[in-house]
Amino acid sequence: MKDIISISDFSKKEFTDVLAEADKMHSALQKGKALDTLKGKIMAVMFFEASTRTRLSFESAMNRLGGSVLGFAEPASTSMAKAETIADTVNTVAQYSDVIVMRSPFPGAAQLASEVSSVPIINGGDGSREHPTQTMLDLFTIKKEKGRLDNLKVAMIGDLKYGRTVHSLCKAFNNYFKGIEFTFIAPEALAIPNEFKKGKYHETGKLELEDADVVYMTRIQKERFADPTEYEKLKSVYKITPKILETMKKDAIVMHPLPRVNEIDWRCDSDSRCIYFKQAYYGVPTRMALIQLALRGGK
Amino acid sequence: MMMVKHIENGTVIDHIDGGKALEVLKLMGGPNSSTVVIAVNVPSTKHKKKDILKMEGVYVDERKLDLISLIAPSATVNIIKNGKLVEKRPVKLPTEVSGVLTCLNPKCITNKDREPVTTKFTVEKEPLRLICVYCNKEFEGTSLLTA
Repeated sequence: MKDIISISDFSKKEFTDVLAEADKMHSALQKGKALDTLKGKIMAVMFFEASTRTRLSFESAMNRLGGSVLGFAEPASTSMAKAETIADTVNTVAQYSDVIVMRSPFPGAAQLASEVSSVPIINGGDGSREHPTQTMLDLFTIKKEKGRLDNLKVAMIGDLKYGRTVHSLCKAFNNYFKGIEFTFIAPEALAIPNEFKKGKYHETGKLELEDADVVYMTRIQKERFADPTEYEKLKSVYKITPKILETMKKDAIVMHPLPRVNEIDWRCDSDSRCIYFKQAYYGVPTRMALIQLALRGGK
Repeated sequence: MMMVKHIENGTVIDHIDGGKALEVLKLMGGPNSSTVVIAVNVPSTKHKKKDILKMEGVYVDERKLDLISLIAPSATVNIIKNGKLVEKRPVKLPTEVSGVLTCLNPKCITNKDREPVTTKFTVEKEPLRLICVYCNKEFEGTSLLTA
């Protein structure tokens, strides 16, 4: 087995191995080479929350590996609508598949799933907790585009309080890589939680991107606000525009886990430093590597 | 010298930090219907002032007793049976707390109705923190105990 629940589950070696494997998958995809390493295997996708990139890139990854996919994209079409628990749903789906990718709005749901499932669980995001496979693809993107994962100035912007991609990425940088300097840019109400303030960092409310090697923009997440007026106040607080890009380093990269609302002006898309759609592509080779890791050895 | 009647059967928690006895009692589930004697700010050679809690007819789950260490790390637990001290031990800070505390994150899977899951927290010292194994949320000091 390998359940992939939290980014902290990876050893440094596993990190390196996954990134190396993702690179091999990337090369194969670039050459148009067909792979059938997971022929006969079934991956179930259980998405209790909306998703475009995570679910489709997982499905693409499994198809690219020669395996097949079943599952659901929203719980209304399952027995969850008849009040079945997440645990019973997972236990059932595990009878029909070799690996499960799951997304849930409840933090800790992936951990619970791994305790009741007879097949490996891959966490596709559990509420505001973690999104480890996004972190892997973010790291793979940085490695490919910047050539290194140490000694980087990383600016994190937006919803740093609830943004699970931000939390997982901070954890990974803090645990496994050296020489990272963070700039946390967020309104006070969405400031980075204390547990992620480690190593060298500074916090600001201003969009200061002049020194950054990596700019990691995030959406202000409407679904995480109990009070809609609070959301309205904060939704457009930061915006990357062509003018902002002018202030940035020539070799910086602008990433975004997507979807975006209006925090990156679409006129920025043609700037070669704005690599968020390429980042979405890197999700496929990364998830190919992760599905293989999860299936290696069974559970 | 202040005299407090001995108990015949039950639990005496001694060497509680001065002024913390009520918090400890709350953690133990309150007095319920049992007889409880609380002595507050008793002069002590070890700690200047200490609190003592005597609970007649009450024996508390060991996992819960160790949680006292989160409030009063120097406390000692005395188990009394038929008027005799049968066990005396200091409380020790657990590394993990399972089943006795509730996660304060309303979205945590442990608070979802009917899911077969027991709460579990890892305990980190200096500064004292409890971390939910499921939602990963960190809680400072004794915030979960007094909630």
